[in-house]
Amino acid sequence: MIEVRQLKKSFGPQRVLDGVDLRVEKGESVVIIGRSGGGKSILLKHLIGLLSPESGDVLIEGQSIAQMNERQLLKVRRMFGMLFQGAALFDSLTVSENVAFVLRRERKLTEAEIARRVDEALLMVDLAGTQNKKPAELSGGMRKRVGLARAIIYQPQIVLYDEPTTGLDPIVADSIDQLIVRVREQLAVTTVAVTHDMRSARRIAQRILMLHLGRIHFNGTPDEIFQSKDPLVYRFVNGISDPKEAHF
Amino acid sequence: MAPRLAEGALGSVAGPRHARWTKESAKFLGTDYNEMIGVTSDRVVGWLEGLGRIALLFVETVRSILSQRLDGRSLTQQLYFIGVKSQSVVLVTGAFTGMVLCAQTFFQFHKVKMDTATLAVVSVAMGSELGPVLTALMVAGRVGAAMAAELGTMRVTEQIDALRTLATHPVDYLVVPRVLASVSALPLLTAESIAVGILAAYTVGTTLLGIDHAYAWHNMLKYTQPQHILMGIIKAVVFAAVLALVSCFKGMNCREGAEGVGRATTEAVVYSSITILVSNFFLTLFLTRLLGA
Repeated sequence: MIEVRQLKKSFGPQRVLDGVDLRVEKGESVVIIGRSGGGKSILLKHLIGLLSPESGDVLIEGQSIAQMNERQLLKVRRMFGMLFQGAALFDSLTVSENVAFVLRRERKLTEAEIARRVDEALLMVDLAGTQNKKPAELSGGMRKRVGLARAIIYQPQIVLYDEPTTGLDPIVADSIDQLIVRVREQLAVTTVAVTHDMRSARRIAQRILMLHLGRIHFNGTPDEIFQSKDPLVYRFVNGISDPKEAHF
Repeated sequence: MAPRLAEGALGSVAGPRHARWTKESAKFLGTDYNEMIGVTSDRVVGWLEGLGRIALLFVETVRSILSQRLDGRSLTQQLYFIGVKSQSVVLVTGAFTGMVLCAQTFFQFHKVKMDTATLAVVSVAMGSELGPVLTALMVAGRVGAAMAAELGTMRVTEQIDALRTLATHPVDYLVVPRVLASVSALPLLTAESIAVGILAAYTVGTTLLGIDHAYAWHNMLKYTQPQHILMGIIKAVVFAAVLALVSCFKGMNCREGAEGVGRATTEAVVYSSITILVSNFFLTLFLTRLLGA
């Protein structure tokens, strides 16, 4: 469903992605882990065409999106839903207006039908009754839930999560993980998440990829990664810093 | 021969100190000079690149207006924000500009016994130059800054990326309503500013300065042509497009963080204002010839 071939991306002199190859099958749940600032979010943004690669290719359902212009990409993005790290809710709109955004833009449904779909989406993320609140009135976890409701209301085939549990307390993070699994099972969507939260990765992943120095360093199941003897993987999974390196 | 002589003469007098001086001079004229040229050329290239990207934004905006369905709600909101909420600023600016122009013109004309021509000068100047330029500058300060800050904040909080993931082109949703609202509202605000400016000038001229009502009115109508007002309205349309496009561009391309948003806001106002002032000169030359004003 998603294929990335030899993807390279630099920002100025810094090469962030240096020949990434990966493949995600339909219905699969893949988590990309790696150090902060290692290019995980950059890789995720390439999958949906928010960034264009320097070289290499990204294929969605066999269709190359690397050379598409913004208007062509809009059609491809209809297959995607994306939850951003800070939820990226539209400040000036209420919760229900945020969630209904795509449906209102498409103008295919009546207001009553849109309201029903919004209620359903909010119920799915356990936020019924918050329709008239503004994003500023919500907590971090609630904002992520609204962001997810907005991403799934038009029933996409692929949902991307950018650091879904970052900045949340462990209880809320666990509830978000459960929600991600529930969305995957109920809507049968393909899931790609990037995180450095290993507890979260273990809960939601069927397969884990580790990005290191701009390349996929490890590719395996959660059990395989947690039992790996690879020093780099072992240190990351167990949160052990290397005294010889500077970590910031 | 001249350089050799000079080197020899200076060398014999200045000794080692001269040697140091020539080395520093060479450094100034060599390395630093090259660096200066490099920085300047980078700035020129950057400026031209920015100009090109604004031109591309303009093309994309026109294409969107012609091919995409307009978001009426967003347009109405922008019309209210740009048109209705700018009223007080524009009215005060227009009125006091007309009044001071009337007073100053009267003081000078009075010396040559041309008091009754004062309001003719005011109406022509307000109609074709001061009305559109000052209105556009005031709106650029109020609306342009708000546009850049809003879109800049949307960019740094990933709201613009979120729009794109929701299959919505940012130009369709953010730029088009702002450009259309500006282009619709600014000519009306300009007409309002011109009218209020002339009215205020007429009131000041005939009541405070003692200009005769009949002559002032007669001369004003005689020397003010419809082309003068038309020129002002055409300029307002151009200025509106400039300020909306520059402000949207600056906001959508701002750098990360609060500093990035702040800089984008400042640059939006400064670049819009400069572009308005520079383009006004060329528009005056072009429109005077075109309209025969």
